[in-house]
Amino acid sequence: MTAVPLSWYLTLSAILFALGVAGFLIRRNIITVFMSIELMLNAVNLSFVAFSYQLKQVDGHIFTFFVMVVAAAEAAVGLAIILTVFKNRGTLQIDEVSSMKY
Amino acid sequence: MDVILFLVFAGIAVVCAVNLVVQTHPIASAISLVGVMGSLAVLYLLLGGEFIAAVQVIVYAGAIMVLFVFVIMLLNAGAEQKSGGSLTARYLGIPLLIVLLGLLSFLIRIMLPPSEGVRFGGFTGGSPEAVGRVLFTRYLLPFEVTSVLILVAILGAIVLARKELD
Repeated sequence: MTAVPLSWYLTLSAILFALGVAGFLIRRNIITVFMSIELMLNAVNLSFVAFSYQLKQVDGHIFTFFVMVVAAAEAAVGLAIILTVFKNRGTLQIDEVSSMKY
Repeated sequence: MDVILFLVFAGIAVVCAVNLVVQTHPIASAISLVGVMGSLAVLYLLLGGEFIAAVQVIVYAGAIMVLFVFVIMLLNAGAEQKSGGSLTARYLGIPLLIVLLGLLSFLIRIMLPPSEGVRFGGFTGGSPEAVGRVLFTRYLLPFEVTSVLILVAILGAIVLARKELD
């Protein structure tokens, strides 16, 4: 029964965050871009829980809980915005909705 | 045992995350994101966060992803079209990403104080009772403010998604 170094968890978190950044930048579908943001939030949550283990305090779990609540609120509002964009423009490609002017 | 479980589920998480980024169809990306969230829930359990693992599965992999899949089905989103990216991004993107990753790993390695590592059962303060005790005493004000945030989000979603009545 060997222990896992804490740096492995933090490196996994960094890898997931970097992949989220990559997806945010290279994808052209607005829904996939939104899912990449969720991936970044998840990566940060893993860091919070790992540090919470390291410091033997429960505060990191509380922060993770708040991040999840904010992510749920963000998903509801963001998906409503995506529905409105699709209703007005008829497309989900972010290249075609690049102008603020209708 | 700890190392094996960590490596298996970290591998699943990374593979699913790569799949999320490279897939062109949004429903495939959504399923990959569910895989990432499920394996992260197992990692939370290994780190002693029973409550957070349960909330991760219920709220993230359950509620939020169902919302995503509903919207994908509602909008009938197909595979995305290729659009011309910039030449700089095509040739510098992946190397710069690897540089960012290497820098982050290097910083983690040099800045982290030496410790004995993570063992399953090494931290038992993540039970629902312990989390609730702290949440309703020390973090009571942020918790109440969060309820206002949720209310605003509900109102915003309704206002944005309603049909125009006139």
